[in-house]
Amino acid sequence: MAQTCTRVRMCAHSFGLVTDVMKRNHLILFAAALSLLLAGCPPKNESGGAAAGPGDIVIGEYGSLTGPQATFGQSTHNGIMMAVDQINAAGGVRGRKIKILTEDDQSKQEDAANAVTKLISQNNVLAVLGEVGSSNSLAAAPICQANKVPMITPSSTNPEVTRKGDYIFRICFTDDDVGENMARYVVEQLHVKRAAMLTDVKTDYSTGLTATIEKTFTSLGGQIVGRASYANGDSDFRSQLTAIKQNKPELIFLPGYYTDVGQIAIQARDLGMTQPFVGGDGWVSPKLVEIGGKALEGCIYANHYSYADPTPVVRNFVQSYHDRYGAVPDGMAALAFDAARVLADALKRAKKLDGPSVREAIAETKGFPGVTGTITIGPDRNAVGKKMIFEEIKNGQLTLKATIEPKTAGVAVKTAPH
Amino acid sequence: MQEFLQNLLNGVAVGAIYALIALGYTMVYGILKLINFAHGDVFMLGSFVGFYAGGWATTHMHDKAGTWMSWPIAGAVMLLAMIACGLFGYLNERIAYRPLRNAPRIASLITAIGVSFFLEYGGQFVFGPDPKFFPTLIEKHLIRAGGIVTTNYQLIVLVVAIIFMAILQYIIYGTKFGRAMRAVSFNFETASLMGIPTDRIISITFIIGSVLAAVAGILYGLSYPKIDPLMGIMPGLKAFIAAVLGGIGNVPGAVVGGLIIGIIESFVGGSQFSSFRDAIAFVILIGILLFRPTGLFGKYEPEKV
Amino acid sequence: MKRFPWWIRDTIYAVIFIGVLIGLSYGLEAIPIQGIAYYNRILVLMGINITLAVSLNIINGHAGQFSLGHAGFMAVGAYFAAFLTVYYFSPYVNTIPEGTGQWLAQNGLLLLAVLLGGTVAAVAGYIVGLPSLRLRGDYLAIVTLGFGEIIRVIILNIDKVGAARGFTGIPPWSNFFWVYFFCGVTIAISWRLVNSSVGRAFLSVREDEIAAEAMGVDTTKYKVKAFIIGSFLAGVAGGLFAHYTPAYLNPTMFTFIRSFEIIAMVVLGGLGSISGSVLAAIILTFLPEGLRAAKGVLHMTKDPRMVIYSVMLIVLMLTRPQGLFGRRELWQVLARRKNTIPTKGRDEGDAADKLDRDAGPPVS
Repeated sequence: MAQTCTRVRMCAHSFGLVTDVMKRNHLILFAAALSLLLAGCPPKNESGGAAAGPGDIVIGEYGSLTGPQATFGQSTHNGIMMAVDQINAAGGVRGRKIKILTEDDQSKQEDAANAVTKLISQNNVLAVLGEVGSSNSLAAAPICQANKVPMITPSSTNPEVTRKGDYIFRICFTDDDVGENMARYVVEQLHVKRAAMLTDVKTDYSTGLTATIEKTFTSLGGQIVGRASYANGDSDFRSQLTAIKQNKPELIFLPGYYTDVGQIAIQARDLGMTQPFVGGDGWVSPKLVEIGGKALEGCIYANHYSYADPTPVVRNFVQSYHDRYGAVPDGMAALAFDAARVLADALKRAKKLDGPSVREAIAETKGFPGVTGTITIGPDRNAVGKKMIFEEIKNGQLTLKATIEPKTAGVAVKTAPH
Repeated sequence: MQEFLQNLLNGVAVGAIYALIALGYTMVYGILKLINFAHGDVFMLGSFVGFYAGGWATTHMHDKAGTWMSWPIAGAVMLLAMIACGLFGYLNERIAYRPLRNAPRIASLITAIGVSFFLEYGGQFVFGPDPKFFPTLIEKHLIRAGGIVTTNYQLIVLVVAIIFMAILQYIIYGTKFGRAMRAVSFNFETASLMGIPTDRIISITFIIGSVLAAVAGILYGLSYPKIDPLMGIMPGLKAFIAAVLGGIGNVPGAVVGGLIIGIIESFVGGSQFSSFRDAIAFVILIGILLFRPTGLFGKYEPEKV
Repeated sequence: MKRFPWWIRDTIYAVIFIGVLIGLSYGLEAIPIQGIAYYNRILVLMGINITLAVSLNIINGHAGQFSLGHAGFMAVGAYFAAFLTVYYFSPYVNTIPEGTGQWLAQNGLLLLAVLLGGTVAAVAGYIVGLPSLRLRGDYLAIVTLGFGEIIRVIILNIDKVGAARGFTGIPPWSNFFWVYFFCGVTIAISWRLVNSSVGRAFLSVREDEIAAEAMGVDTTKYKVKAFIIGSFLAGVAGGLFAHYTPAYLNPTMFTFIRSFEIIAMVVLGGLGSISGSVLAAIILTFLPEGLRAAKGVLHMTKDPRMVIYSVMLIVLMLTRPQGLFGRRELWQVLARRKNTIPTKGRDEGDAADKLDRDAGPPVS
């Protein structure tokens, strides 16, 4: 840290020097020269992880390290770095270490495309990991496909992403899986027929999930009695909730991100609404209960895994993540951890270390014991065979409500068009 | 009827926060004719100062929570945020705007955008991009009356906002400084010829505006306890619309504009057009500007040759 | 080339320009250096940004109408052009057997889609330009900003173009050649405008609207004209952007932040300076990409590039308040350097701004 500070100060000092000594008009030239210089500098130890050697296997990661989705991007980055460091500490892959090169895309689609192009063409990465936001993955996927570089997205749920080509893989569930199971669970297990829908119109995740929930829910005889929408990052939801309240639903579907869910629950309880909220895997974060607190009692969400799960693979992951970052991992971190390990596993099995062979190895992944469940890559390159669980928040703790076996989760895979 | 009153109340509470932010925009604009796009991010800064100070206070004075002591603690946290933001406002003006006083006005607009980017990206860099839970400085109570529900937070927001608006009104119309400020706003050159220290007046205006943003930041954190480094963008934009709606440069106009935007958004959010909520403020604004080109309370000044 | 009639001269210029472009578009891809695909990509995005900056410069710099809604016009052009290709043109092209015929149809239809996208954007520009009859200065700025946001929210609610999920399946037909072709066209239009009667009328509206009106300039007409031309070209840039790899559109690409980025290019280049806009667009497109290396150089675990970017934007503006070239062009600045003693004062245009400041509404 101290080293960083001196560097920054030196930098600032040179700025001051330049403004004093040089003519003002030259500063522009200086700025241009500086950025050129920076671009030309060989990147040193960019990963922040183990030191790079010439024999390293270079893997690219692009993610939203800044911008509106940075909180998801940072978790993903943490998960990947931890996985890679563990793999390297255990001897690496084929006796070589894995090196991650990370590029920020500011949560912007065209920057995601830039970042991936840079990683592939300048850094010659063997494979690419990323993104959380489906829109960013959709922007990067065609480039990976065209360059025959396998890409694994840890947590983009839009079914469209893996349809971009045979080099694109996914670790998480799709909107179709989650939405269908959510609707099914609500109708079959909770016996609820009247529900309201609160959608985040700004994120593709929420609008996508809304569509599939609604389709399944109404086909099972349910009725959506109230609809309202908000935009990710809003803070006042009282008017939408007041409108929903009038329709007296038995529960409220809230397929949004955890960053908004807590606030929505608090304001709903303030307005005297007691209905439970039901959400998807976007809820998965310790921040959820931290922000929502008591307001979230009785709310249920679909998840890949429970961080309170006593199985050793989960315990180890949660413990080492906590030791390393001082926080309980959210869903993005767990999926990213798995994505990196699935990739490493494929690198071990690949016949050669080139795009097509690695692609083949990833596609052949079968029964990989991940933190978020047993991962098998299906014919449409989505993870199949994972259990989906439903958790309820009780006394601020997560309790397991139901487990949906892979057979049911596989239904969605069958219906997904190619 | 119940729904109507509930929406109205929600709208007023949101509108009060917009109004507090809008005051900063309108004051700076009134005096410098500069749209200070960084203002929404100063609001974010205020929230974060409150987050750290309040977090420290609640962990170290745990036993005082819920007692009468929580009020002075909350007050102290707010004061600290006000000081920090006031200082930032001063430095901001000094470093980013004053050197451009004689340059084309649009240049300071770009530095304002630069400062805004700096606060947003710097906030993500320093505070981290994940959302933070704003400490509960004051216990929340529900207040029910005639079928509508409100919280003491919404009342606190209203009362504090009204107090600060009254103080501001007093400063502008009841003090010597206020008169100087109005003079600078009326005619910059003449005011300086009359011996008014324009630079100092502008600095203080920036400080007052930033202090109001800090107050809004704390009130916001209290009522919507989730804060993140990009939280200032949308409220900042809405507050800016509110300021223009009321007639930019006009203090009561900013308050009325803030309330109008808050209330209308609340009603749109409760209707079936809730997915258009972010656009509706602009639609109203454009509608009003077409009939009153200088906003509701703005004076129409015929152009001089 | 003085002895040729103007149309022959212009045709020669055009042929040379297109020839150079074709040469470059093949040549650049063939350069055997590491990461050439990445550099080419940035080069293309740079071209799109130049088109945007120069077109906004027509509205903001030449006609003096403060517009903050350029991202909205770009979005209209992008979405409309993409809508046409996805639903009408692309299915048609796929029926043609591969070969020269398909190649011709593809490029012809791209051109058509992009121009139609620009036309629709121009209609939007006309609508947005109308309030400028009544509004001036910052009021106009906020109204244009509002139009941009309204356009975005409307797109967010149209399911046919993907709404929040984004618009996928656009054929990636756009390339270096088309982007720089329109970049050149935009610069040529802009340059011709400045030196035409229309351009002179723009300048008169910018400098003093009342005087212009008194001299018989139909200020209304010229203000709206500036909006139409500027938004047409922004729509064209949007159409090209939509069809460039990865050919994916999302409403979040067109928030007011993008308008800010474009206006920053125009102001940094110097309002009214075409070459300034071009240079500033180049710098501000390259800067965030170039700063990707900052993390490695500074040995930081967090990525500081956007923090550095924003600081550099402030510092650049502080050092050149009137823009890189003021209201001059690159060659004029260079020529001035050689011949005259640099004046200590600021570039021209300050007087008008000072007047503007004094004439504004007071705090009441």
